Amino acid sequence: METRGMDKRLSNLASEAAPFMARDRGRHPPAYAPGYKSSILRAPGEALVSFESTLSEKTGPAFGHNVIGALDNDLIHNFAKPGESAIGERIIVHGRVLDENGRPVPDVLVEYWQANAGGRYRHKREGYLAPLDPNFGGFGRSLTDSEGRYWFRTIRPGAYPWPNGVNDWRPAHIHFSVFGSGFAQRLITQMYFEGDPMIAQCPIVRTIADPAAIAQLVAALDMANAVPMDSRAYKFDIVLRGRRSTFFENRPEGN
Amino acid sequence: MVQHLDRLRETPSQTAGPYVHIGLTPNVCGITGVTPEDLGARMVADGVRGERITIRGRVLDGAGRPVNDCVVEIWQADAAGLYNSPMEHRGAADPNFTGFGRCAADEEGVFSFDTVKPGPVPGPRGATMAPHVSFWIVARGINIGLHTRMYFSDEEAANRDDPVLRRVVPARVPTLIGRREGDTVHFDIRLQGEDETVFFDV
Ligand SMILES: [Fe+2]
Repeated sequence: METRGMDKRLSNLASEAAPFMARDRGRHPPAYAPGYKSSILRAPGEALVSFESTLSEKTGPAFGHNVIGALDNDLIHNFAKPGESAIGERIIVHGRVLDENGRPVPDVLVEYWQANAGGRYRHKREGYLAPLDPNFGGFGRSLTDSEGRYWFRTIRPGAYPWPNGVNDWRPAHIHFSVFGSGFAQRLITQMYFEGDPMIAQCPIVRTIADPAAIAQLVAALDMANAVPMDSRAYKFDIVLRGRRSTFFENRPEGN
Repeated sequence: MVQHLDRLRETPSQTAGPYVHIGLTPNVCGITGVTPEDLGARMVADGVRGERITIRGRVLDGAGRPVNDCVVEIWQADAAGLYNSPMEHRGAADPNFTGFGRCAADEEGVFSFDTVKPGPVPGPRGATMAPHVSFWIVARGINIGLHTRMYFSDEEAANRDDPVLRRVVPARVPTLIGRREGDTVHFDIRLQGEDETVFFDV
């Protein structure tokens, strides 16, 4: 009897998705950040209503290798005509998706998008005078491997001006969208490049108050992982929310 | 002196920006040929179980103007209340239903999803959550993705007992109720101001 009870407890432990640790909102930008003008009319004025993650947030969609095409993580070639390639400084971006407990997050989708080497996006609302590169789309994606690793090849994006202040420029950056194992982990962020003096001047970067949090968005130049005579490398690790331990709570969902 | 907790910190959010479509819905913005179909464009396949519905609404800013550059994602249970997720351990969800949808709003700020009505889902401490759809909204000017939920106007009794709706001041609960009209459920999202949608910290 005792053994059976133990088995049941163990199976309950395994059969329950744990809730997420509360989000540290002080690390993120506030919704209302007037230095970034677009946030003024798009920031909720009421307080968020907090509750611990339920099954609806502890679960999330998973995507298989069937959604990933062979060139999805090669922005130099995935929009280029056969035999041609995108113009710009060739780089590799790689890193790991981890959770706050330091565990790798395997098999999750990482999507990325960026401007071309001149700072121009391929988008109908884009009006910057820098030219389009006919061989550059600016979109790619990866599925993390069993150790949470992802990597892609691209060109270093250019800085670009944008209408906020009279003379505001975005530092070179790559946008990232990351899925975790639960919908509560959903995250969109931007990666910047080590050594770029434009980072400190950017109103969007400055929506984040904590300098340590800003540093977490700056990819390190990783010459050890460069491909000689081909591409330099940058390392960018991404940390998603972690699940908390459920001591004394090993009951099936709903009990 | 004290031991270290040895924990990492979550990567901070940054706005998705005005060109979010390149990354999330490339085919919508003319980047074709890289991926045959945008992620989340189709939630249902032939043979799906349950009641087919269309969820449609607008996203509006604090001045009442359409947020025509946002991307809306939804995540929901199938008709039996099961999630199509590796983290769902109660049983197998409908294989013909993904539960995940993604839609770029149009020039009028309108999004729409062809889906099925979800079943109720177990909540905390023995409670049952009324049928609902989780929403996540990103756009230029939104510094961190906004979480909300849509419940159904034809589920009054279940909504009354819903543990999440019970945390919301009654006057604001209507902002979370999708209005059922035949097979369509209307659900507008107001980011700010009068009738501002309730957003969650989950
Ligand atoms: Fe950008």
